[in-house]
Amino acid sequence: MTHASTTTPMMTSHPIQQPASSSSPKRRTSWASRAWSGLVVGLMTFFLINVALMIASVATNSMATRWLGTWLPSGWTLSWYGSAWQEFQLGDVLQVTLEVVLSVVVLSVLIGVPAAYTLARRDFRGKKLLTGLFLLPLMIPPITYGIPLATLMYELHLAGTLPGVIIANLLPALPFVILVMTPFIEQIDPNLESAAKVFGARTFSMFRYVLMPLLAPGILAASLLVLVRTIAMFELTFLTAGSDTQTLVVALYYSVFAAGVRASQSIDAMAMVYMVVTLIWLLIAMRFVSPTQLVSRVKEQPQH
Amino acid sequence: MMQMSSQTAGSRWRDPAMWMAAPAVIFMLTVFVYPFIHGLILSFQPLEGGMLANYIKFFNTENLWMTIGVTLKLALPATLINILIAVPVAYRLRHKTPYQKIATTILVIPITLGTVLIAEGMLTYFGPKGWFAHILQLLHVYEGAIRLTHNYAGVLISLVISGFPFAFLLILSYITGIDPVLPRAAATLGATPFNQFRHVILPLILPGLAMAFCLSFVQAFSVFPSAVLLGSPAGATRVISIAAYEAAFENYDYSMASAVAMIMGAVQLGVVVIVLGLRNLFYRGPVSGGKG
Repeated sequence: MTHASTTTPMMTSHPIQQPASSSSPKRRTSWASRAWSGLVVGLMTFFLINVALMIASVATNSMATRWLGTWLPSGWTLSWYGSAWQEFQLGDVLQVTLEVVLSVVVLSVLIGVPAAYTLARRDFRGKKLLTGLFLLPLMIPPITYGIPLATLMYELHLAGTLPGVIIANLLPALPFVILVMTPFIEQIDPNLESAAKVFGARTFSMFRYVLMPLLAPGILAASLLVLVRTIAMFELTFLTAGSDTQTLVVALYYSVFAAGVRASQSIDAMAMVYMVVTLIWLLIAMRFVSPTQLVSRVKEQPQH
Repeated sequence: MMQMSSQTAGSRWRDPAMWMAAPAVIFMLTVFVYPFIHGLILSFQPLEGGMLANYIKFFNTENLWMTIGVTLKLALPATLINILIAVPVAYRLRHKTPYQKIATTILVIPITLGTVLIAEGMLTYFGPKGWFAHILQLLHVYEGAIRLTHNYAGVLISLVISGFPFAFLLILSYITGIDPVLPRAAATLGATPFNQFRHVILPLILPGLAMAFCLSFVQAFSVFPSAVLLGSPAGATRVISIAAYEAAFENYDYSMASAVAMIMGAVQLGVVVIVLGLRNLFYRGPVSGGKG
């Protein structure tokens, strides 16, 4: 059916066999496709210009002495960054963020990569169920499982503590690592492992000397992505963090929520700090991970 | 040989590779499954009334059940816009060139903004005296008052800004996963670029589009900070996560909060099932793309 419908319009428009090289393109088509790509590029440019101006207005406001309804503020200052640092105890907040994010990255890799290995290399009953279990946290809103988890943590007095925040953030990070790493491990030739075993390597040393070097780029990619995602993870941290275990996103949210007390410039200064912190990591991630493989995990998903 | 036979003989419990998943499984069971079941049971143990009291209350209180519609009215258009814009953009950037790398990086940058920066930026930029209003007046396009913040439009725009990069990356990874030989073969047979897309690329990425829709929808559906900061959290953008949060941390009714969380999950899964069902309705064929 589809095959027939693909060929019919071509046959009518190209009665004579014709090389499809661009040497003799049809006028109308090239005009239409040029207009179309112009539209796409134009739309994206419009989108990006507005986003850039939006960021620029935050940046401008964060460096403004006073800015009310004019093109540019009446004066420039960098003092808001200093006052934001003091007011919001950014030093502490950044330290907590660093601790949470690093623990989540390390733990999700340590627990996730071996699990991904099992999923990639072994077939067993209940494998689909297990994959579904790992997929589910990515398919339902964080608030849905965050609220029951936070409720339980309050009962266990875990909420508000650093381990509590780390565990909550590990919940979406671990499935993410597993789903990124499984296809990555699948594409490594299993013969390498068999060869190592033939030469008498035990599972541990096979892992240490054969698999680890091959897995390193994938692990690096996965950890950078988990890092960027965890910095931005709002809901779960918001639900489980106490006053001294806030990460940057949550502290930022509270600072706006309590607006009126604080100058908008100092909130904007903090928002800029947040953006720069995330941007640096994202740019590092983009250097090591091709954006096209950024989400290779989803290629596996339709099969379930 | 020994290894092979020991593995096929069913002594899986001695296979170390099978044990490597154990920590992850234990973690998921204790931190995901157990709290979830705990929450489900808790939602049937309301502070007062019978087993179903929370659910009855939810569907009988206007400012609670309304949140489902409000959330869907925000999340569905936002997801659709993101997917519909992302497909042509990703299609244009499918070839591996330096230009692709730069353009992709620029398009992905909004991921780093965070909801608060987007909210603050939109309040300043789209505000009544922001640059956007200034520019429109300068160009004599529109001189009236601009109302793009503290309402439905504000939240929708912020969902598009924060959700587009993700949808774009997902779809880009699907499109670049298609063997370039396939559209080239179609071109050799005289298919125009549009027909190449319509008859070769689109059927191959359709399962991926359904998946991208679901994953983008999760993000839009759990919208919380921007609905509070940019919308009107008491009215037009009172989304379901606000209701859940209020129940838990303003009324300290964890039972009700769990009920709202369960309803939220059910609606979300309902949408996922419908989308994947539609995919199966329109597309029957090998699910794995034309790679290799």
